[in-house]
Amino acid sequence: MAAILEIENLQTQFFTSAGTVRAVDGITYSVNHGETVAIVGESGCGKSVSALSILRLIPDPPGRVVGGHIRFMGLDILALSDAEIRKVRGRRIAMVFQEPMTSLNPVLTIGRQLTETLEHHLGMGREASNARAVELLGMVGISDPQRRLAQYPHHLSGGMRQRVMIAMALSCEPELIIADEPTTALDVTIQAQILELMRDLSKRLGVALIIITHNLGVVARYADRVNVMYAGKIIEQGSALQIYHQPSHPYTLGLLNSVPRLDRPRQAKLDPIEGQPPDLTRLGAGCAFQPRCRFAVTRCAQEIPPLETVSEGHVSACWRRDDLGEKMRDAS
Amino acid sequence: MTVSDVRTDLGAEEVVERTPWPAAILGLIARYPLGAAGALVVVAMIFAAVFADVIAPYDPEANAYEYMFTAPGGQYWLGADDFGRDIFSRIIYGARTALFVGFVAAFVGATGGLVLGVASAYFGGWFDLIIQRVMDVIMAFPLIILALAVISVLGPGIDKVIIAITIPFIPQCARVVRSSALAIREIPYIDAARACGFSHARIILRHMVPNVMAPFLIMITAFVGQAILLEATLSYLGLGVQEPVPAWGLMLKSGAEEYAESAPWIPIFPGIAISLAVFGFNLFGDALRDALDPKLRAQ
Repeated sequence: MAAILEIENLQTQFFTSAGTVRAVDGITYSVNHGETVAIVGESGCGKSVSALSILRLIPDPPGRVVGGHIRFMGLDILALSDAEIRKVRGRRIAMVFQEPMTSLNPVLTIGRQLTETLEHHLGMGREASNARAVELLGMVGISDPQRRLAQYPHHLSGGMRQRVMIAMALSCEPELIIADEPTTALDVTIQAQILELMRDLSKRLGVALIIITHNLGVVARYADRVNVMYAGKIIEQGSALQIYHQPSHPYTLGLLNSVPRLDRPRQAKLDPIEGQPPDLTRLGAGCAFQPRCRFAVTRCAQEIPPLETVSEGHVSACWRRDDLGEKMRDAS
Repeated sequence: MTVSDVRTDLGAEEVVERTPWPAAILGLIARYPLGAAGALVVVAMIFAAVFADVIAPYDPEANAYEYMFTAPGGQYWLGADDFGRDIFSRIIYGARTALFVGFVAAFVGATGGLVLGVASAYFGGWFDLIIQRVMDVIMAFPLIILALAVISVLGPGIDKVIIAITIPFIPQCARVVRSSALAIREIPYIDAARACGFSHARIILRHMVPNVMAPFLIMITAFVGQAILLEATLSYLGLGVQEPVPAWGLMLKSGAEEYAESAPWIPIFPGIAISLAVFGFNLFGDALRDALDPKLRAQ
């Protein structure tokens, strides 16, 4: 499969009075046509910033993409003019935000918000865009779509609003949808519905998905490939199966152990990762996870481990990847 | 908006939820009696301005020297002035002048402030800094001084009066709107609009402006009252509307200087008209502010 999005050594930094925050620090990954890629990590590890960088939506000042390349379907995203990037946004790469309660404009009707994108990007007339809006709402499972068009966001529940957001994202038939924690603000029962819907639509329409999440359950069920991020870097990359069955970084292992699982004995206690993520303004010389790592050795504090191959399509950045592989799994 | 052509099949439940018009208006009057009084003055004034030709018994600009200084009574309800013109007719026509100046100045000034304020909040950074400093400079002048300065550059006349009154309104509105827009700027739907690929102008005008309508409407009603007062002031100083056009400030001027003791009805009635109009718009504006502020409405 051909890669539609290739990100190479992307670096996004925020220049604040407290110092330079290296929010995204040299990440490289690609997304293939129709594929679902998950970006996993704790709050503040740079996963949202990496996604916003793709659409050049980083608020500048204080933030800026300082290095790397983003290639999307032959376009050099970082070199596009403002007018050109606006033609990509919403049209070819759409975004679904975390907060459905505040991602819709309260003073515009659902119909207007859907048709505006269609009229703007596809030059549709009023009737055509209205018909398409009805079709889209039906597609994302909203009942009585014709009536919903005249309603305002406050008439809808959170799950419904997220469906509307997904309909908006799908409206111009983009090649890629970036979903930034699409289910975090929703009830657990609704979360599964929304994720099923997104997976179903992406498979049916051949849209690639980048799902940003901190929920490994989501990853296991819905992602083809996974990027685990820590302190602005990708520290492990592989297929969902590889990440689950052969975690090769202590952080990934920690994440897996901190999620309750049905295939483990009930009395086993959850094993959270101790400590807090590091301050991104002053990272040390070594591995960023080293202060919290129970497998750390002296070298970890001195040199940053590079991403190295574990197996086919599976890479990890840990000095003790090989000699600790077995121990790590034993510990789990 | 596309609302009109898709609204046809609204479900029955929405219709039931709506309060019928007359009941809603009575409810508002009960809750804001002062505002209702203000609204009454505003409506009466608009009525007078629109139907001035029908209401006014005399031509406001026609001199009748044989009736100079006629006291209020059966023939001239509010008396006649030093040219024998009917004061009642001049006040009715004066409402036209006052409202025209008031509405145009308030609307143009507030709209200018609205766009500048929202754009300033949206772009932030150096753009915001420059706009706000320019606004600070304009606001540093007292309203009347600034208006006088503009008039002295442009010369008198009703169109120049409107410009002179509009300019000081722009920063006042921009300041208030900017603070509302700053909060709106941070709500994700603005980022979502950017992620949809909309241009800055579209985001400002279609997505942010409708969300700051409440402070904007309040500013407009407050501005109309202020503009009427300012127009009267400028006319009184001889820098505004020129004779023989009927304008309240002008009537006050000619009356107050010479006839305050000998024919007090000449200055008193235009004075009352000015006070009543400004009072009415202010009461209405205050009630509107309360009605549009969800925090106050809950009490």
